[in-house]
Parts: sequence; structure tokens; C-alpha cells
Amino acid sequence: MSGIDVIGLTAERAMGMLRAGECTSEELTQAYLDRIAAVDGDVHAYLHVDAERSLAAARAQDAVAGDALSGVPIAYKDLLSTKDVPTTAGSRILEGFVPIDDADVVARGNEAGLVSLGKTNLDEFAMGSSTEHSAYGPTRNPWDLTRVPGGSSGGSAAVVAAGCAPWSLGTDTGGSIRQPAAFCGLVGLMPTYGTVSRFGVIAFASSLEQVGPMALTVRDAALLHQVIARDTDRDATCTGPREPIVVPDAGRLDGITFGVPRAELEEGVEPGIRARFDESLAIATALGATIVDVELPYSRHGLAAYYVIAPAEASANLSRFDGVRYGLRVDAPDVRSMYEATRDAGFGPEVKRRIMIGTYALSAGYHDAYYVQAQRVRTLIRQDFDTAFQGVDAILLPTAPTTAFPIGARLDDPLAMYANDIFTLPVNLAGIPALSLPNGLSDGLPSSLQIIGPAHSENLLLRLGAAFEAEHAFDVVPPSMRSGA
Amino acid sequence: MSAPWQRDGYEAVIGLEIHVQLNTASKMFCSCPNNFGDEPNTNVCMVCLAHPGALPVANAEAVRQSVRVGLALGCQIPDVSEFSRKQYFYPDSPKAYQISQYDQPLCGEGIFRVPGADGFTVRLTRAHLEEDAAKMIHAGGEGGRISGSAGSVVDFNRVGTPLLEIVTEPDIRSPEDARRFLTLLRATVIAIGASECDMEKGSLRADANVSIRPIGSTEYGTKTELKNMNSFRFLERGVEAELERQLGLVQAGERIDQETLHFDPTTGTLSSLRSKEQAHDYRYFPEPDLLPVTQDQESLAALAGHLPELPVARFDRLSEAGLVEATALVLATDTGLAAYLDDLALRTGDLKIAANWVMGELQAHLNADALSAVQSPVTPERLAALIALVVDGTINQTAAKEVFAALVADPAATAAGVVQDRNLAQVGGDDALGEIIDAVLAAHPDEVEAFRGGREQVIGFLVGQCMKQSGGRADAKALQGLLRARLSS
Repeated sequence: MSGIDVIGLTAERAMGMLRAGECTSEELTQAYLDRIAAVDGDVHAYLHVDAERSLAAARAQDAVAGDALSGVPIAYKDLLSTKDVPTTAGSRILEGFVPIDDADVVARGNEAGLVSLGKTNLDEFAMGSSTEHSAYGPTRNPWDLTRVPGGSSGGSAAVVAAGCAPWSLGTDTGGSIRQPAAFCGLVGLMPTYGTVSRFGVIAFASSLEQVGPMALTVRDAALLHQVIARDTDRDATCTGPREPIVVPDAGRLDGITFGVPRAELEEGVEPGIRARFDESLAIATALGATIVDVELPYSRHGLAAYYVIAPAEASANLSRFDGVRYGLRVDAPDVRSMYEATRDAGFGPEVKRRIMIGTYALSAGYHDAYYVQAQRVRTLIRQDFDTAFQGVDAILLPTAPTTAFPIGARLDDPLAMYANDIFTLPVNLAGIPALSLPNGLSDGLPSSLQIIGPAHSENLLLRLGAAFEAEHAFDVVPPSMRSGA
Repeated sequence: MSAPWQRDGYEAVIGLEIHVQLNTASKMFCSCPNNFGDEPNTNVCMVCLAHPGALPVANAEAVRQSVRVGLALGCQIPDVSEFSRKQYFYPDSPKAYQISQYDQPLCGEGIFRVPGADGFTVRLTRAHLEEDAAKMIHAGGEGGRISGSAGSVVDFNRVGTPLLEIVTEPDIRSPEDARRFLTLLRATVIAIGASECDMEKGSLRADANVSIRPIGSTEYGTKTELKNMNSFRFLERGVEAELERQLGLVQAGERIDQETLHFDPTTGTLSSLRSKEQAHDYRYFPEPDLLPVTQDQESLAALAGHLPELPVARFDRLSEAGLVEATALVLATDTGLAAYLDDLALRTGDLKIAANWVMGELQAHLNADALSAVQSPVTPERLAALIALVVDGTINQTAAKEVFAALVADPAATAAGVVQDRNLAQVGGDDALGEIIDAVLAAHPDEVEAFRGGREQVIGFLVGQCMKQSGGRADAKALQGLLRARLSS
């Protein structure tokens, strides 16, 4: 046992300890591995941990005169390709698959000297909001082990909340970073579309998804975003951030105007969530900000548009899993039967549902009514935000309308599951950034605040987030995890 | 237009879909080498094998070459074009979709002119850029074909090769015109250097859409698609066979089914690959991994301005310079030969004489030695020196052919040197010729008598004898004049 208390340890503090020589990366990594060994049996947030590999990587960082983040551990969502390390996307169809190269974001992490602790659980191919759709079993919320951690990046959220990693990378296609961050009391950043490379991210819905940081603090989120927000020549849609990412200090909000789409809050929002949200508006005012009403009239159609566009892209993106070149293959007498048997055995029910929805939406005769119409709605939603940002600096909403729900509660009701992303989906459709941060507790479970900004406003969002964070004095460690080690 | 295909009141309606593999250094969406004939499955990577998480990045050079082809074919180039996903499951398509273009192709409508006295025009619908599929080899099937095959293997070297698909309107009216059009189109693509267009290696592939209709009708009949005819001759024969088949069906009162057909050149028969009922729904949608391709007018003008002389323009130029159509067409469609010709014409100052040499001695030598014009040891400079000796009367045509052969055999030889070494300068002076004539007339008194008796054709025999006496070096024109003068005196 290393004696380092990793519960609630921020990456920034870990970096400080390493640079001050208070511990080595090997000791720090060992402390996290010990913590994983102690609690991940209950939480089930990791799909793959290779202690020897992690310790070897830590020793390699200790052996060089590292700077900045070198030697700080991290966990990666198992949707991110890792060279020579199994990568499953939470699916049976990729069981045992070992990528031949790292995702760009993992490569950036390696260049920064980050030490991977392992790969985290997720809804299969990132399709879900609870991590219950993982083929490898659900992850449990460290705040209440009977509840879901959110999803699809539920494993990446749970490892940080449980003290099993100082921070992690998730992906966000419709809320998959922000909603699990909200359910687990973390900070999560969904970056502007096209500022983080998607190369090596196993594709679900290409036009909607970005990789982003999940962390205990806004400053940690900014530090990790600095690592991954980079230009690349391997993703044609990625040009990197317009300006360097700045790690913010807490401050006042004088001169800032927040917009609140009150009409969106009228239905389906839990009273506790609503109360915490109203309190945060009071905090904003107290810090000098102005609150005004904004309208996002088309955003209520976001759910419908999203569940055409995302499945349409997914139906094509997942076609490559055909049993021919890698992954699962179920033998059959001819190639077409082999495709069918392999995909039937390899994909779970939610993935099959979305492939069928997407295939239908793109089929001759339905293409215009569904896919084309959904793209029109997407344009209108983008225009809604453009219009709103002419009058306000950022928009405030809860991240999710509820706190973490019990495992199994929504599994048989896809529409109820989808509805949990009502406040996050429009952001992906518009391609703009949003920050989710803890916003107090509601019945003992984390509530959350979402700050949505115009494209390339990450630095503003992080600065605003730091101001709220300082006022909230949120305890990032779930009570059950305090004594859990 | 050549004579249109018309039988029993019906005419042919033919459109082509032409696939051109671009000869870029790397593949369309990854940096793998774009090489034909390498060891199978060596030019592959995460992207072209469609590993999870791999993303395409468009090859800018392939886009540029496609636009050049579009400009050369007279197509409009839209400001914005877009890649789309064309979805189908088959082992030759690792992503199970092909990145292609749908409603916003790189090159739009155009008109292509096949020149000549019986020339015609073909409207082009579009040209779009896509990636080629992998190569399937069906083990155990005859010639690697699927029928009779027990199993298949896939070579992914070819997957991702940049492929430009050029689609025509159904404006072609005979199998021969289909061949003529494709010949000139191929020459155009080769001239701008975008592809080798080698049908044997598959870098040029043509499908034909074929139908018939009553002469004078403006409606189209039901069309069939003939796939992948891999030579000009097979294209012409395949289309001919399909027209005859359709005519037979119509005359028998039977229906023509919309289907895809394969032409077997060894038997001359057509077999069905799939019917319309089995047609794919490709579920196209815009490729979210790639940004739209935009063109600005300035760059387009620069690209257009830097195109080389194109075969159609070259045909017009050579025809106007007085070359006969067949010669002009050969030279127009063979860029290497045409470049040689232009160089030679510049050096000799006479295009027609230069063309006679290129089409005659040079082509015979290139064919015999399997060389391209640029590979010939007889450079335009050496040939021009030879032609100069003919033009100034130093040697005659017979000697010139011998000198040419000597230039081929010895790359160090010069025309003047050969003439001197072999004593090939023509005997043209009156005295020298006079001596020969005297000797020949003395040796053939009967023929002299016959000529003088009115049998003028005997002069041919006497000229021949004189030429023989001179060792082939006599100036034939001068000889004839002198001989006539002597016989008439």
C-alpha cells in the first residue's frame, strides 16, 4: 500500500505532488490500482485494467525529468482506441479486439506523459444514458450503488467519483459526457465540434460527437482539455481550438449576461433539480451577472431530430462490423448468413434498435420525410442558438432533468431513457460547447448546472464555471466512498 | 456520326458509365501507396481496412486531377461538391459503404465532341470522385469468377484507389460510335496525365446502358446495363450483341427486362447478373467525416489555363493543316506520337512531310520494337537531319529508308554519316546519269525500238534498269527527264 489518499485527489494536486517530489508516478499509479482493487468490484467502472502495463508506463515517466502533467494517471472510455490494449466499445462484437494504433486523443495523452489506468465501461457503442447497455454489465453510481452513473460515459464518470482515477476522457454524442458528469457530481466539458480529433474514436454518430474531459474541478477539466484540443491531419473535420485553452481562476461575473430558456423548464424537471437551478441563478446575480429570458423554440424538437440523425449515421458507421476482418465472427454457410449471424450475436438490443431506426430513416421513400426533415430541424436549432447568443454570453440549463435513476428503472422504456438527454441533445445538434458542473445535491444525489456557449467559447465557459464552482463549495466525494477504501 | 445502328425500324440508344482510376501517389482517403500489382494486402492501413475509429481524409491531388479531367471534358465545375456514403454489404467494401458522391458531384454537365466529317457530340451528365472497391478473387472459379467457386479471397490493395466515374447521357447511336467516343475520351484523360487508362489492368472500365426504340421516337425504351467491358473491341461487340438480343425480344413480342448483364467475349453471349427487383437501395447520405469540397473561380481558371493541348483540339489543328482524317485521328489520340510529330515538324518546317515519316517509318519501327515515341533511338533531331537530306535532294526515298534503318540500328550514327559511309548520295548530275543511260540504252535496243514505236510504257522498264545500274541512288525525277529527252532525240 502506498499511503497516498487518492479519494478526492485532483489531477492538479497530483501534478503538484509529482513535481514537488512528494511521490513518484509509480507510487501514485499504485495507489489508484489499490483503490480500483478495493472498490471497482462494486462499481464495475473499468472494463480493462492492466496493472503491470500501467506501472511500467508510470516508471517510464519517473525515469525522465518530467514536467507539467507527466506521470499523472488517467482513465479512457473504452470507445477510444488504444494501441495494443483491448478496445471493445462495450460490445460483444469487438470482444478481444486490439487496435493497431492509438486514438489521437490517447496519443496526445501519451505525449503529455499521462499514465493510463485502464479502459472504462460505457453503453454499447455509446448508445445509451445509463451504461446499462454495456455488453459487459452495468456500472453503478458511486453516490448510490443502486443507481446508474448515467451514460454513455458512465464508467469514465464513476471511476473519477469513486477515486479510481483523478480524471478521465469521455465522448459526448448527445450528452454522454455531461449527463454522467451530472449524475456523478463531476465537471464535464463537451467541446465545440471540430476542435478535438475523432481519429480512433469508435464512431457512433460522426457529425455529433466529440471527446472531452471529465474531472473533479473546472481547472482539471481545463488542464485535460489543453492536452486533447489540438489540430490533426487524421480527422478532416478537426481544426483544433481557435485560441489556447486557459486554466481559469475563480472570479466575479460582472458584465456577463446569462440567458435562461424558461419555457424549456416547465415540464419534466424534478423539483429538486429546479430548486438547485434557481439557486444557481441567484448565485450568478450575486456575482454581478445579469439574467434574461431567451427562447429556443425549436430545441423541443431536438430529441426527435437527434433520434433520426444519430441512428442514421450509426447505421452506416456500424456496418463495418461484419465479421470479415476483425472482431466476432459467427460461421455460416455463405457470406450473407455469416453477416447476419455475426451481427445478431454481436450487437445488443439497443444497438440493433438504432441500426434499424437509422436504416429505415435513410431508405428510399422515407429518406426525405425523416433524414432530410431532421437535418432541416437541426439547422433551425442551430439558428435558435445563434439568435440567442446575439443577446447573451451563455445559456444556463440543468444538465439533466433528473438525478441518477435506479438501475433498471428505464431499461424497458427507451423513450423515457432518451428523454433524460432533452437538455443536452440540442447542444450536439448545434455543434457548440457546453460545460456541466456540480450544482449541489437533491435528495443526496448530485444536481448539475449546464453552461452553454457559442462555438469556440470554451475559455469563457471554463471561466464562468470556475466562478460558480467557488461559490458552491461542492464536496466532490460521495459519502459512501469516504469510508469505502 | 458513323452510320447509326438501325434495324427493322428500331434505333440504338446508348449511354456509357466510365470508371477511371487516377494515378495519384497515394489512395483516395489514406496515405497508402496507390500501386497496381504489388503483393496482395501490403498497401493497407487502419483506414482502408475500415478498422474501428479510422477516418477518411480526402486526397487533394485526386480532387485536383478530377477537376482537370472535368475541365478537359468540357464539364461545368460547381462551386461546392460533397462526398456521400453509398451503402452495401459485400466483402469488397470494408466499411460496407463506399465514399462516393451523390447529388453534388465534383464535375457537372458537359458536352464532348467527337470530331471529324462524321463527328458527333455526347452530353456528359457528370463526373464524380469515389473510392474503388477491393479486389475479390473467387478461388476455384474459372478465371477467378464467382461461378463454380468454392470460396473467395480479398486483396485490399485496390480498395481506396481514387476512381473518377464519368457518366454520359444516352446520346450514342451505334456500337462503333461508343468505341470512337471512348477512344477519344481515354486519349483526353491520358493527355492530361490523370490516368494510364489501361483497360487490361482495370484502370479504365466501361459499363454501357443499352436500349432500342422505334426510329423517330423521343421516348426511351427499357435499358439494360452491360458491366465492365475490358476492351474497346468487347465494348463494341457486347453492345452489338445486346442490341440484337433486344431487337429479337421486341420482334418476338416479348418484354425487355431492366437488368444488369455480363458479356462473355469468348462465347459472345450475355448473362444476367441481377434484375431490377434485386436492385440495391444504397441509402445515400452526406459523408459526415469529410467537409464539402469548394472551388474558387481563380483556381479553376488557372487549372484550365494549364491544361495541355487536348486530343480534340489537336485533331482540329492537324486536320486544318491538311492531314487526312485518319492520320489526324491517330496522331490526336496518341500524345507521345503527337509530341514527336510537333517536335519533328518544328525542325523540318513541314508538318505534312513530318507526318508522313511519323505515320510511316517511325510507327513501323515503334511497333516492331515495341517502343513508345519518346523511347525511340531515332530522336526528332536525328530524323529531321535525315529528312533534310531528302528535301535538299542529297538522297532519294529508297536511300532514306536505308538510312533510317541504320539510325535505328546504331544510336550513334548520323544521317549524313550513313550517307557518306554507304555512298548513298543520289546520282543526280547530267553527266553521271548520262553515262548510265547510255549504257542501259545500248544494252536494250529492243526496248528503245519499242518506245520509239509508240509503246511509251516501256520507259518504266528502262528507268528501273537505270536505277539498278546506279545502285538505287539515281535521282528518279531527273533520270526520267533525261531518259525521255534522249529517247525523243
